[in-house]
Amino acid sequence: MNDAQKPAAEIHDQTLHLFGEWRVTQFQAVRAELEALDSDSLAAIQQLETHELDSIDSSAAHELMQFIAPERILSMEAENQPEHHMKLLHAVARALQGNEPPAPRPYRFGDGIAALGKTITQKATHQIEQTNQLLNFIGLVLLRALKIIVLPHRWRVTSFFVHVHQSGLNAIPIVALLTFLVGAVVAFLGATVLSDFGATIYTVDLVAYAFMRELGVLLTAILLAGRTASSYTAQIGAMKVNQEIDALRVQGLDPIELLVVPRLFTLLFMLPLLTLVAMVSGIIGGLVVAVFSLDISVTQFFRIVQEVPIRHLWVGLVKAPLFAAVIAIIGCLEGFKVKGNARSVGQHTTSAVVQAIFIVILFDAIAALFFMEMGW
Amino acid sequence: MRESVIEIRGLRNQFGHHVVHDQLDLTLPRGEILGVVGGSGAGKSVLLRSIVGLQKPASGHIEVLGIDVQKASSRERLALERRTGVLFQSGALFSSMTVVENVAMPLIEHEHLRKSDALELARMKLALVGLPGHAGDLQPAELSGGMVKRAALARSLALEPELLFLDEPTAGLDPIGAAAFDELIVTLRDALGLTVFLVTHDLDTLYQACDRIAVIGEKKILIHDTLSQVASFDHPWVHDYFHGPRGRQAAAVGQQRRSL
Ligand SMILES: Nc1ncnc2c1ncn2[C@@H]1O[C@H](COP(=O)(O)OP(=O)(O)OP(=O)(O)O)[C@@H](O)[C@H]1O
Ligand SMILES: [Mg+2]
Repeated sequence: MNDAQKPAAEIHDQTLHLFGEWRVTQFQAVRAELEALDSDSLAAIQQLETHELDSIDSSAAHELMQFIAPERILSMEAENQPEHHMKLLHAVARALQGNEPPAPRPYRFGDGIAALGKTITQKATHQIEQTNQLLNFIGLVLLRALKIIVLPHRWRVTSFFVHVHQSGLNAIPIVALLTFLVGAVVAFLGATVLSDFGATIYTVDLVAYAFMRELGVLLTAILLAGRTASSYTAQIGAMKVNQEIDALRVQGLDPIELLVVPRLFTLLFMLPLLTLVAMVSGIIGGLVVAVFSLDISVTQFFRIVQEVPIRHLWVGLVKAPLFAAVIAIIGCLEGFKVKGNARSVGQHTTSAVVQAIFIVILFDAIAALFFMEMGW
Repeated sequence: MRESVIEIRGLRNQFGHHVVHDQLDLTLPRGEILGVVGGSGAGKSVLLRSIVGLQKPASGHIEVLGIDVQKASSRERLALERRTGVLFQSGALFSSMTVVENVAMPLIEHEHLRKSDALELARMKLALVGLPGHAGDLQPAELSGGMVKRAALARSLALEPELLFLDEPTAGLDPIGAAAFDELIVTLRDALGLTVFLVTHDLDTLYQACDRIAVIGEKKILIHDTLSQVASFDHPWVHDYFHGPRGRQAAAVGQQRRSL
């Protein structure tokens, strides 16, 4: 609207004359025009004159009522004024009546300290609650899982295989590639350190031990914590936002049985398999480095790998189901914690990944200590 | 003939093989409140989405406020969006903001108002659509179904648009709220010359607020005319719609109120 008439207001004989376009696009002009009026004459106004007003929208009407109280607008005579303007003014005035926003509380000395104290208590109780929730959830999931194991007719086979496909098989390429690269890096590192002692041949042992005992399972678990825990949280969280979880509950279906147990079993099944993939591909990474830059032959490499005691493989593999449970349970629990909005889905997804990775590494450290003390 | 705000010629919409609209024509003159009716799944929401540019039609020509929606440059499109308000069927409030912030956001983004001014205007808008004062500070997830509708209406009115698209605004409102809504729409139209494209199943709204009715069926507009013409149109669905038990009831009430 290029030909917009500027809004204007004048007071003559206790009557407020309005001219032009009173629109939200002219909001600043409307305010300036009203502020320019004399406050004593504003207070004495008895009548509105709107015949020369082109249009007024609710935003401008609201601004007008910052200067003339809505009650006064309602009590003014409206008989011979254009009906459409008056109807709008009255609608806004009625809306504003008795709808005063609560005045903000004035700042008091000590508010800052109070706020700090509040934050600390909140954080602390929040932490306790979180732990509590996690333990409850673990118990609940364990109960359901144990119950379902003995009832084959309640196995969610389709759901299980869908998740095996999504979070298991689809993860193979990335797991293999990543561990291959780390295997090569470890081999280079070993070669650099060991060559000073003329013991480059031990690079092979280094790679094999590292991947069997620690890196295979740890890297896989960290990858799945990033890849799968987040997707579990987002899936369940979006369902929560959409009230799908509530819909399941009122239909007498158990969300834990339907959503959590298949995901848990999927990871319990897939994480050990992916760990094997990781171990093999990590060792192949080492092999490539050994063959191409350390002059160790392929047969020599495999002979050394074969001599590694098999118990190191088990030490690595037993951790896989534990990590799987951690990832699945944290991922699902965070999904259930989502509160009905999009931001909450994001927050809980982040939180799921951070917690899962943290706990995986923590457990791995504890396990390493334990196995070392046991001399395994 | 008044200038037309929406011009649709030969519109065709399809999802895969499922044709929703075929050779659909519609003209909406300025200042008119058009009620769009049709069975569930007849394609009312899809028509609305294609007019506001969210759904790319398979073929056809759509002009809104003199701008060709499909060929519009991004600047023209922005200007268009600035002048139109849309109320989605499901509300579509931004879930990470409070209700007032939802309403204030377009004012801050487009009109560059100060935040305090925008929030104040937003509170007025919420009151105008009949939300109690405390509702403004709630998150959208904490609202009841009808309150979501009202808040979404307040947001669609935030920029004082010339053209308003409403997808089932009174669904989920109590009858008193729905009647107040009808009155509000007419008030705004009278005051600001608003043009309204209103999808509804609510017969009372058709009788109280709409100037003309367009019936969608069989992939096109079956009839687009005044209420009395549409009600006497000879088509089984239209007949059942206006002369079924609910239709008769609403017609009786409508007549009564008009004669008052
Ligand atoms: N995104 C989509 N993908 C595929 N088909 C769709 C999509 N959106 C709508 N449809 C189909 O288009 C048709 C029209 O849908 P639309 O939402 O316009 O119905 P409606 O007239 O608004 O119904 P209601 O009154 O129930 O809201 C339906 O058959 C629907 O299945
Ligand atoms: Mg619809």
